[in-house]
Amino acid sequence: MSTFVKFIIDGKICLSEEGKQLIEAAKENDIYIPTLCNYPGIPPKGSCRICTVLINNRPATACTTKVTENMDIKTSTPELEDFRKAVIELLFSEGNHFCPSCERSGNCELQALAYKYRIAVSRFPYFFPERTIESWHPKLIKDHNRCILCKRCIRGIKNNEGKTIFAYGRRGQYLEINIDPETSKNISDELAEQAMNICPVGAILVKEKGFITPIGKRKYDYNIIGSEIENQ
Amino acid sequence: MTKKKKIIATASLAGCFGCHMSFLDIDERILNLIELVEFNKSPINDIKKFTKHCDIGIIEGGCCNDENVHVLKEFRKNCDILISLGECAIMGGLPAMRNGIPLKECLEEAYINGPTVKDVNPQKIIPFDPDIPKILNKVYPCHEIVKIDYFLPGCPPRADLIWNALYALVTGNELLIPYEVFKYD
Ligand code: SF4
Ligand code: SF4
Ligand code: FES
Repeated sequence: MSTFVKFIIDGKICLSEEGKQLIEAAKENDIYIPTLCNYPGIPPKGSCRICTVLINNRPATACTTKVTENMDIKTSTPELEDFRKAVIELLFSEGNHFCPSCERSGNCELQALAYKYRIAVSRFPYFFPERTIESWHPKLIKDHNRCILCKRCIRGIKNNEGKTIFAYGRRGQYLEINIDPETSKNISDELAEQAMNICPVGAILVKEKGFITPIGKRKYDYNIIGSEIENQ
Repeated sequence: MTKKKKIIATASLAGCFGCHMSFLDIDERILNLIELVEFNKSPINDIKKFTKHCDIGIIEGGCCNDENVHVLKEFRKNCDILISLGECAIMGGLPAMRNGIPLKECLEEAYINGPTVKDVNPQKIIPFDPDIPKILNKVYPCHEIVKIDYFLPGCPPRADLIWNALYALVTGNELLIPYEVFKYD
């Protein structure tokens, strides 16, 4: 039987099972901690740093932290909020995010976070890197312009032999997440759809499925990301 | 006591005029607006040159050629407050999709190799008349050329966002931006 622990988030006394991922434990207590590279049910990676909170006054990523008795967590201070905004702005500057022409616009987690924080412009110069689009795959498109390298696809999507269909290509500042031509050869429509949905941005698309939801009906048109957790 | 009207100027640089169209989408509120402001240089009234110093300059579009840079610098000189209106002014927008393609390739596609030009330009001429503005190596967001004071996102920005922002700026009232009008598309 699991033991329950008591901990504090932003002054509120919370309860959850010991060792639970802090993101999940907060969620159980109706508290939203912003995430990008985290995805429920797959191992955390701690790569985007959006979920940084103060744990006993020291910064740590909530997706890689397990909750313990008497932990004192702060999810929101002016410094943390500005740090989060800076991470989002960096991602916008570092890639090519032309939201007006993006299939994922309105349903994109990166964009939704930028809306939440009311980011009108990046504080960093726009980098406009040269990036390619992999469109040779029969079912999927991999748009490197929009990939934020969160690796949710690598961690979460496996073919029916259990092999990952996304893989690292190149290194350093040129790092790319590619579709593996071998393991992705015979993927089902369902798996292709899952791959699109596990991606927080518009970097994995199923062909002929773009712009399917009209403006006004998209996930974040009227709802702030995380509000479904906060307003329970 | 009659208050002095604020003076507004607007320009469309490397944009599609969509932001200006969205500005006109404030509908009948334009009647309230002209009670509060007067327009100087703007495509809305077709005044081509600044005739006085302005309080607010509104810029649509980024900078894709040397004429855009010139106009933008004129605006900075002649306006107290400059606003980047819309995605193109803020981050280059759709014109900046060419930024990842070498300029030579862009021009060759537009004038020599593109499907609509390849049979009608046998001498393979890329226009270079000195009267034509010179295209820049890439499209630049306005704030990378001059200081910009405010940014109103959207493609185009919602009319309510433009109205709320202008109204607050001109009257000094608090600016309220509802979540659903703050969008990038
Ligand atoms: S992936 Fe998201 S942030 Fe990037 S262009 Fe598409 S909608 Fe915009
Ligand atoms: S393709 Fe999507 S899920 Fe995969 S690393 Fe890039 S942003 Fe993340
Ligand atoms: S969500 Fe925790 S580091 Fe990305």
